[in-house]
Amino acid sequence: MIPSKIFKNTFLILAACLVLTACATKKDVATDIQGQMQGDTYTGTDTVKYLADGVPDRVFFATNESILTTASRETLRSQAAWLRKNSSINVVLEGHADERGTREYNLALGERRANSAKDYLMTYGISSDRISVLSYGKERPVDAGSNPLAWSKNRRSVTVKAN
Amino acid sequence: MKDMIKKFYFFLVCFLIIPIKTFALIEVDITRGNLNPLPLAVSPLSINDKSKKSFEKILNKKNIGSEISIIVENNLRTSGLFNPLSKDAFLQAPDIANLKPRFEDWNLIKAQALITGKVTYVDEKLRVEFRLWDILAGKEMMALAFTTVPENWRRVGHIISDKVYERLTGEKGYFDTRIIYVSEEGPKTQRVKKLAIMDQDGANNKFLTLGNELVLTPRFNPTSQMVTYLSYFKNLPRVYLLDIETGTQEVVGDFPGMTFAPRFSPNGKKIIMSFAKDGKSDIYTMDLENRIVERITNHPSIDTSPTYSPDGKYISFNSDRSGYQQIYVMQSDGSDVKRISFGNGIYGTPVWSPRGDLIAFTKLHKGKFYIGVMRADGSGERLLTENYYQEAPSWSPNGRVLIFYRETKTDAKGKGFSAKLWSIDLTGYNERLVETPTDASDPSWSSLLGN
Repeated sequence: MIPSKIFKNTFLILAACLVLTACATKKDVATDIQGQMQGDTYTGTDTVKYLADGVPDRVFFATNESILTTASRETLRSQAAWLRKNSSINVVLEGHADERGTREYNLALGERRANSAKDYLMTYGISSDRISVLSYGKERPVDAGSNPLAWSKNRRSVTVKAN
Repeated sequence: MKDMIKKFYFFLVCFLIIPIKTFALIEVDITRGNLNPLPLAVSPLSINDKSKKSFEKILNKKNIGSEISIIVENNLRTSGLFNPLSKDAFLQAPDIANLKPRFEDWNLIKAQALITGKVTYVDEKLRVEFRLWDILAGKEMMALAFTTVPENWRRVGHIISDKVYERLTGEKGYFDTRIIYVSEEGPKTQRVKKLAIMDQDGANNKFLTLGNELVLTPRFNPTSQMVTYLSYFKNLPRVYLLDIETGTQEVVGDFPGMTFAPRFSPNGKKIIMSFAKDGKSDIYTMDLENRIVERITNHPSIDTSPTYSPDGKYISFNSDRSGYQQIYVMQSDGSDVKRISFGNGIYGTPVWSPRGDLIAFTKLHKGKFYIGVMRADGSGERLLTENYYQEAPSWSPNGRVLIFYRETKTDAKGKGFSAKLWSIDLTGYNERLVETPTDASDPSWSSLLGN
């Protein structure tokens, strides 16, 4: 009775160890793939273009969100500084969503994301006359993939020179 | 204009010759999934040599009688309610069957109903008579005749299908209808989209725009051949109105920003849509006669995808005012807003059934998309189909079939993307791919054309 119980427990512990090791390995691989994401917001630079030296053109959002991350705010502050220096330049903020939502809702979500970037630029002294907003919803993904990383690259607001 | 006169003439000369009442034994129950479609025989419409030659000259079809019967056969088969039997088994010639079928012959091949008919060339017109027979009772159930211009031959096939469907199921048909949709081509990151229209069975496909600008979400006016849709003309996303007959287009309303998600009111006199400004989307209507714009919702959330109830008294829409996208119903003036979707997941794209009792929707739950229906008070939720991605259901005019679009998952390299139209019965049975020449999305079903 007792030896068999000990045997059983040892077996269970061994099995648990194996399972846990498997998990750990998997996790490592996952972080490798998703090193470009924090939570589900894209933090990589693959798709980013530059309006000027050190002025990235886009910010990224979490699923269903339009809240600006710390990194996004930094990007927008550099855009604002650049726009203040180049006062003749107007911009269009193009808001986008990933493919995992209904088309019409995504159009509205893209508009909301672009506006959240616009509001931030305005608090840093850029006149609303110089900024227009255009939502593409899920119509213009940058990454054609159907995976979380691709979707994170597509949830974005891109600042484009209008003149 | 010529087209309109033609159409008008068509309706004028469409008439009934022998209205007959019989006590039918056959009845098709369409309220449940139909796993045993009714076996019936569609005999080729008989035609004499002289008429055959005349039509061959005009329409370039060898035997217009059998062409029309093929249309009827395909429609009835696609409905999932009928099983048209192979013509190879038919024992009786079309012309004799149309006069007086030998019921025992048709009974032998297990047909329960029989469609016969005759096509003639009369004064440069196409005259069609057809009869529906109840084989078991040995009786004629219906007999009708129409005269029309020969070019309308496909519509004749659809009208016959509608009459047969109505006689056997007790519900209006949906075959003499068209579908407007968005044709898609090119890579996923740079899709070229055009408005396209086709008959319900995929015939007569026609592109309505050239693809120079992005177009989305076309919807039929339930009372006319007008369409409302979203166009990015000059990179300004706006709701437009398009007359399919004349090709004229105009912007709907004068909004300082993006308008989208348009739909007609049931009487066709208003357009209901969303207007996005400062990160908020609200619902507005515009009266097409006096151009008066009314604001219906006023909330900091996203309110979109509005749809009227068929009596025009209520509006359903989706909103993220609760934090996530859910479905709401309100009075048509915007008062009395009530959330109706409470299941797991997020809910969008409500579309009110033409029958008024149900709302079709898209649901996203645990990474899967569903098309489903619920009652207008939110009860009785029923999911009809599950897939990687699908949305935007549109009802057949009789409220029995839904058409929607489905997208495929791409691989690690972003390859393998496609968008296709699919249809499914309200029962959840009879799911079918709707063939289109290109990839397709955003389908909208027209009303019956005769209406």
